[in-house]
Amino acid sequence: MPSIAVENIIKKYGSKKEPVTALDDVSLEVSKGELFGVIGPDGAGKTSLFRILTTLLLADSGTATVDGFDVVKQYKEIRNRIGYMPGKFSLYQDLTVEENLRFFATIFNTSIQENYELIKEIYVQIEPFKDRRAGKLSGGMKQKLALCCALIHRPSVLFLDEPTTGVDAVSRKEFWEMLKALKQQGISILVSTPYMDEAELCDRVALIQSGKIMSIDMPQHIIQKFTKTMWSVRSAEMVRLLNDLQHYSNTEKCYAFGEFHHLVLKNESGGKDEILQYLQHLAHHEIELHLAQPNIEDCFIELMGNNKS
Amino acid sequence: MKQLSFLLEKEFRQVFRNPAILRSVLVMPIIQLIIFPFAANYEVKNVYLSMVDNDHSSYSQKFISKITSSGYFILTDYSPSYNKAMESIESDKADLIIEIPYGFEKELVKENKAAMLIAVNAVNGAKANLGGAYAANIIRDFNKEIQMQWMTFPAFNAIPTIEITSSNWYNPTMNYKEFMVPGILVTLLTMIGTFLASLNIVHEKEIGTIEQINVSPISKSTFILGKLIPFWIMGLVTLTIGLLVSRLFYGIVPVGNIALIYLFAMVFLLALLGVGLLISTYAETQTQATFVGFFVMMVFMLLGGLYTSIDSMPDWAKWITKVNPVAYFIEVMRMIVLKGSGFADIKYHLLSVLGLAVVFNSWAIMNYHKRS
Repeated sequence: MPSIAVENIIKKYGSKKEPVTALDDVSLEVSKGELFGVIGPDGAGKTSLFRILTTLLLADSGTATVDGFDVVKQYKEIRNRIGYMPGKFSLYQDLTVEENLRFFATIFNTSIQENYELIKEIYVQIEPFKDRRAGKLSGGMKQKLALCCALIHRPSVLFLDEPTTGVDAVSRKEFWEMLKALKQQGISILVSTPYMDEAELCDRVALIQSGKIMSIDMPQHIIQKFTKTMWSVRSAEMVRLLNDLQHYSNTEKCYAFGEFHHLVLKNESGGKDEILQYLQHLAHHEIELHLAQPNIEDCFIELMGNNKS
Repeated sequence: MKQLSFLLEKEFRQVFRNPAILRSVLVMPIIQLIIFPFAANYEVKNVYLSMVDNDHSSYSQKFISKITSSGYFILTDYSPSYNKAMESIESDKADLIIEIPYGFEKELVKENKAAMLIAVNAVNGAKANLGGAYAANIIRDFNKEIQMQWMTFPAFNAIPTIEITSSNWYNPTMNYKEFMVPGILVTLLTMIGTFLASLNIVHEKEIGTIEQINVSPISKSTFILGKLIPFWIMGLVTLTIGLLVSRLFYGIVPVGNIALIYLFAMVFLLALLGVGLLISTYAETQTQATFVGFFVMMVFMLLGGLYTSIDSMPDWAKWITKVNPVAYFIEVMRMIVLKGSGFADIKYHLLSVLGLAVVFNSWAIMNYHKRS
């Protein structure tokens, strides 16, 4: 039995005349103990999917089960066994760390002691501040406390909606370490993120765009499916370079990617020399050009292009 | 039960850590009760008077000294003509014109009757009404004095007159404060009921904690009770402070049973909290909740009989007061505090408010969804 099974979920918002489709025929499956990532830009429909699965929102059509229970008919069962950390996770700013945790334990009919084992590793990091008000914690600590609150009743499925948005790089890394540890405990985790680099930390990912799932696979497989050659290019004038490359007759796609521009060619025959020639002709200097290893983000951009055409 | 008690504990912790709410529950009633009854006063004093005396006789002089010594009127000017006096009304210097026509004394002596004109600035309705009435009263009095002077001899009046003497029951000195203070107390409870609970819930919506509560197995009723009970208790605390203030500052001791006031307040708060809860289920932000809350509160207050008598309202407005818990409570407060009414007298009010409490709360509970 899969931990989460979603079948043909459709959700539309807005008026009947001008509906906005948030989820368009989404299907996916998450098996027990899996760390599953939902990757997509803002507005792709990630939060709607989470709200449907956490029984907060009703889908227009399609079915979904969590832990084998139907999200519509057996929502009460589901509410007992899921942990949910919404994107806008919030704690009571005027309650202390410990009071917040006790509150969430109480509304889930449990106590801190009962499941202390599960959160221990995370909680010890914030325990020195347990009498501090949650509002006075740093961002990373708030996030850890939020995770503790979502875990305090030992859920079998954990929903994390953009848990790392707005958190610094070190805390993000720590956070993913914690998720890995939780996976060991047999908790299935559905996590969404707009950060492509985090996709590679998941067991499997679903790439979602405008309410449609473009691909579901292991991150390595998704990258393997990217068969085209990709170049990294940089020069002294990055803005002009991007513009020039986009107008290059052999360019299929070119976009900014960190310190470099990523370039995919229509026709590989000419290769490196032809590009260099073209750029030198346009008086670019300090040109750096080498083959690049595609990552999830490149795959995402590739899939987006396919989707549109 | 354990859940509920923890929810209550949490709410109270938050209240005690929020000085603004504490202040509004504890200090606001004291300040309002001390200040407003003195300021908001029905008695109209300081009516500015413009006299037009075209007669300049001893009788007209006598009349002017009588009206200015009454204490209600301040003579702003003597105008040579009605039109001049009108100017001072237009420039807002005077509220009332009394014109004594030429030949006033002569007519009075000769014909045994004379005319006089009162013109009132009705922009401020209450002042105009009462000012006009006071002036008419003084004129009647003046008239009587003259009659007394002239007709001392007849054994009985040639013209039969009915003299009206009124005595004010339950508030013999017509002490305005005794009438107003219980009403203001109701206002305070209304504010706590409509605002505190609804803002509290909407605040949880705004910060997003309600989302986590919604995915939890906690039941709707436990959650709602956890929100209602703290503010219900705070309302009763405010009532207690209010009753103490009215006793210490105004010496108002309820003639009736205090327990009856509390019983009614308990039911009343339940109804008002239901209104607050209802607002919170519709409002998404505290701004929305505050605006709707104010609107409801204004309707409750203006159609509640605190400032204007319900009996003189048009029929449609009277119907609105039937679903206005504030109207019932203000009446009951005055009945118990001033008149000493017992349970039997307020039974109908109590049942009505109880009915409203049930309606508002069930409507709110039906409209509160843990999922959308």
